[in-house]
Amino acid sequence: MSGNTLDNPGFRLRASYHHVDREGEVMFGFWVFLMSDAIIFGLIFATYATMVRATAGGPGPKQLFDIGSVAIETSALLLSSFTYGLASLALRYHAGRWAVIAWLAVTLVLAFVFLWFEVHDFLTMFAHGGSPDRSGFTSAFFGLVPLHGLHVTSGCIWMVVLIVRMLRKGIDEDVRLGVQRLALFWHFLDIVWIAIFSLVYLGGLV
Amino acid sequence: MNDAHDLGGHPPWGHPHFGGGSSGDAYRKDLHTYLWGLLLAVALTVVPFAAVYWHAMTASSLWITIGVFALVQAVVHFRCFLHVHPPHENVDEMLLVLFTVIILIMMAGGTVWILGNLHSRMY
Amino acid sequence: MSLTQFIFGRLSLHSLPFWSAIQHPTIENIVNDTIASGAASMVIVGAVATAGLITYFGKWRYLWTEWLTSVDHKRIGIMYIVVAFVMLSRALIEAVLMRTQQAFGLGGGFLSPEHFGELFSTHGTIMIFFMAMPFLIGLINFVMPQQIGTRDVSFPVMNSISLGLTVAGAMLVMISLVVGKFSTGGWSGYPPYTETTFNPGVGPDYWIWAVSLSGIGTMLTGINFAVTIYKRRAPGMTLMRMPLFTWTALCTSILMIFAMPPLTVATVLLALDRYLGFHFFTNGLGGNMMNFANLFWLFGHPEVYILILPAFGVYSEVIPAFSGKIIYGYTSLVLATMVIALLSFTVWLHHFFTMGQSAAVNATFGIATMMIGIPTGVKIYDWMLTMVRGRIRFTVPMVYSLGFMMLFVIGGMSGIILANPSIDYQVHNTLFLVAHFHNVLIPGLLFGMLAGYHFWFPKAFGFRLNERWGMASALCWIFGFMFAFFPLYALGLLGFPRRTVAFYNPIYVPYLAIALFGGVIILAALACLVIQLVVSVIQRDQNRVPAGDPWNASALEWSVAAPAPEYNFAVLPEVTARDAFMVAKEHGTAYLPPERFTDIEMPKNSPMGMILCITGAFAAFGLVWHIWWMVGIAMLATIGAMIWHGSLRDYERIIPAQEIREDYMRWLKLVHDAHPVSRDHEIEHDNAGLADLHETMEAAE
Repeated sequence: MSGNTLDNPGFRLRASYHHVDREGEVMFGFWVFLMSDAIIFGLIFATYATMVRATAGGPGPKQLFDIGSVAIETSALLLSSFTYGLASLALRYHAGRWAVIAWLAVTLVLAFVFLWFEVHDFLTMFAHGGSPDRSGFTSAFFGLVPLHGLHVTSGCIWMVVLIVRMLRKGIDEDVRLGVQRLALFWHFLDIVWIAIFSLVYLGGLV
Repeated sequence: MNDAHDLGGHPPWGHPHFGGGSSGDAYRKDLHTYLWGLLLAVALTVVPFAAVYWHAMTASSLWITIGVFALVQAVVHFRCFLHVHPPHENVDEMLLVLFTVIILIMMAGGTVWILGNLHSRMY
Repeated sequence: MSLTQFIFGRLSLHSLPFWSAIQHPTIENIVNDTIASGAASMVIVGAVATAGLITYFGKWRYLWTEWLTSVDHKRIGIMYIVVAFVMLSRALIEAVLMRTQQAFGLGGGFLSPEHFGELFSTHGTIMIFFMAMPFLIGLINFVMPQQIGTRDVSFPVMNSISLGLTVAGAMLVMISLVVGKFSTGGWSGYPPYTETTFNPGVGPDYWIWAVSLSGIGTMLTGINFAVTIYKRRAPGMTLMRMPLFTWTALCTSILMIFAMPPLTVATVLLALDRYLGFHFFTNGLGGNMMNFANLFWLFGHPEVYILILPAFGVYSEVIPAFSGKIIYGYTSLVLATMVIALLSFTVWLHHFFTMGQSAAVNATFGIATMMIGIPTGVKIYDWMLTMVRGRIRFTVPMVYSLGFMMLFVIGGMSGIILANPSIDYQVHNTLFLVAHFHNVLIPGLLFGMLAGYHFWFPKAFGFRLNERWGMASALCWIFGFMFAFFPLYALGLLGFPRRTVAFYNPIYVPYLAIALFGGVIILAALACLVIQLVVSVIQRDQNRVPAGDPWNASALEWSVAAPAPEYNFAVLPEVTARDAFMVAKEHGTAYLPPERFTDIEMPKNSPMGMILCITGAFAAFGLVWHIWWMVGIAMLATIGAMIWHGSLRDYERIIPAQEIREDYMRWLKLVHDAHPVSRDHEIEHDNAGLADLHETMEAAE
């Protein structure tokens, strides 16, 4: 029974099992999700750009932004991207779960530093009359920067979940894919932060 | 499928095991990529921060500096941390990113153009 | 905050639909509240009756295991289409109600302005987000994986979640009939009208969260479809060998990925204004309400191409099948689809030409808008040329396609007229605009969906739909549409604004009367569809097409049994040509057994779709009514469910090769025993789903 195996026009039914590249598929899907997220950020950036002068008589960038604090946040986040890279390397080169967990923990600490200073910044802005309900400018600022902060927070939660999984069950295929996807997410958030500190903070202080 | 290497007895900061020389080389190459990424990113961050802090140039020059350095740093992140660069087997990913950039330019650029135009006609 | 306020938020007896009639029994209140209470009762009775019937027949377990927790793309697709039909019924009734009001609207009519406002808002919101999107997503879900020769989409559980979120949004819109009132801000929800200054109630919040839930579901679907088409095509199926429906599915999913984010931004920023006192779109303190229109239409324009491209894909499958020919101009159709997808991101400003931009800005977007007509025209010519020298069979899908080709072109031309900003200034927001977009949506999108429903129904359920009732429905749709909407072009040019509850110039009355007549015919069309389904189910044994190819069509989905097996293909095909199945039939090499059968891994069922449907619905309801504890619990449950789901490791099951071999051989025997029918006899009872290959092979020579 040679069946449908000759050079048949149209299609043929060999038995060869068509193996789907699951890792490639999952990672590509996550890239696509990140690109839709990029559009969301991009539009809120554009909204900010059109509302940066809408201070309605209230405080503006020069009154509210603290370049020192931003510098600390930037350093923490950039370094955390690097330490996550080390976690990725530990994973790729089979250094064992403790190495991965350790670098992720360092990343987490740096992320907390970032978030701590950022929340402190926001509270200081509130104290100086820069709360979101003050003007279009403050609304646009608080629409953009806390959105990034919420993303970082979600990334931290995800990181904790992955660490717990590795502690309990070691590294399996699903955890590996999780760490790889979170890596993309984390680096993406650092790129968004480049745009934030450049356009919002530095740009506002020019 | 558990990863067999569980270095339970080692301190968490111990050096990872490698196979033969070839995977050791690959590891070093990868590590250098990340290190270069970090170094370049730090440099590309410090310069615009310093320029703004010390009002080193005119406003429009500052804007250009900030913009250019931000773009270059983004590319550094893409290349060194995200491993997206030509020529590479992740052609699909790179095309996706480029397409997104085009859409972003149209959407964000269009928004700024339209609202700027409306603003200029308001007064 | 009192305990009652904490528990119930702003939910109270005032939220019931008959409350104002009791408090202030004016004629207007009594009439409107009776209608509203009638609608609310239908929701409650419908829900109770459905639950009751399921209990009576003891089908809860069956429903749970076979449908609600299924991650099979075919089942999910069917459920999406069920949602679409249910919501279509509601939105059509709302439409006829509005037509009736306007026909009697000289000097007032019977509906209050607020009630009319809710009607046009729910009509638009439902038709776009809860009828059209589910319909096309359902069709693509069902058909596309089979067309590319794979077993399921890339992310089956996420597929189920998308369905769950869409259903949650639909439930929210249905609940708005029972408690509270829906937004009166239209389906586009422009601030500052929808800000708390002018609308402090629950209406705009219902709109925001229903649309957001649906939008997230659609975004995930777009990711799912795009990755599936990119990564799961059968070996040998290059992009240029894909069927055209899959091409349009690919471009549609790219549009979904990039067009849903602007909607999310618009609605979330509006929510921030309403809930936390932000000033994105407020009148004062630096708000810029014009940005809402900009953001909304950055979504809204690609959205309408999301709606139309799958319909174009259906026509590209149906017209060749019922012309007995291969599609004409495949490459040009592919290019046209890609150009339409790309250009759809460049024209959004034409939805607000009158908002105050300079002529230069308006002209740029006007020219871009006119350019989109070109690739669409290419498609129309390709479809017409497909029919030339074909042997046309006037089946129901073909009748819809013919109605489409004639009527959609008129709608497209009115769009080109509107693309001119100077003309648009005259007719913007009149019934001329309403006529235009219904002219492209109904003959374009809806006819395409209904044609697809008829075309692929046998593949889904194993038997054909009743042809006579289908024809009645199609003709009622075509003529009902013409009577209902062509007068609106005249009305618009005569100055009748859209969304208008009443008017004072009697010159409009005859046109509105004709339009009402058309609306009634459309209701008859809906009734015919329902009757058709009932009759078809009753007569199903006479119309079974188990061999799987009732229309002698050309893509891979027709090469398997009807209904299709769970795993689609016993052995995944290796494709060597475009129109793979037709080529195989022409060379007499279809219906051969494969070399060898192997075990198949299929994903297990998952409750995640249902879980996120429930938590999503509760979160949205809590947000609408300010029941914060409900929101908190729902969000925690969502996160918890996602973490739980991520920890699962055993999510696949094996179907043994032996079982697959038995099913396949049984089907193959059936095919060999079946009596092949020529195309002229395909709507008769002896069509067992096997095409007369002699006819096909002769035609190929």
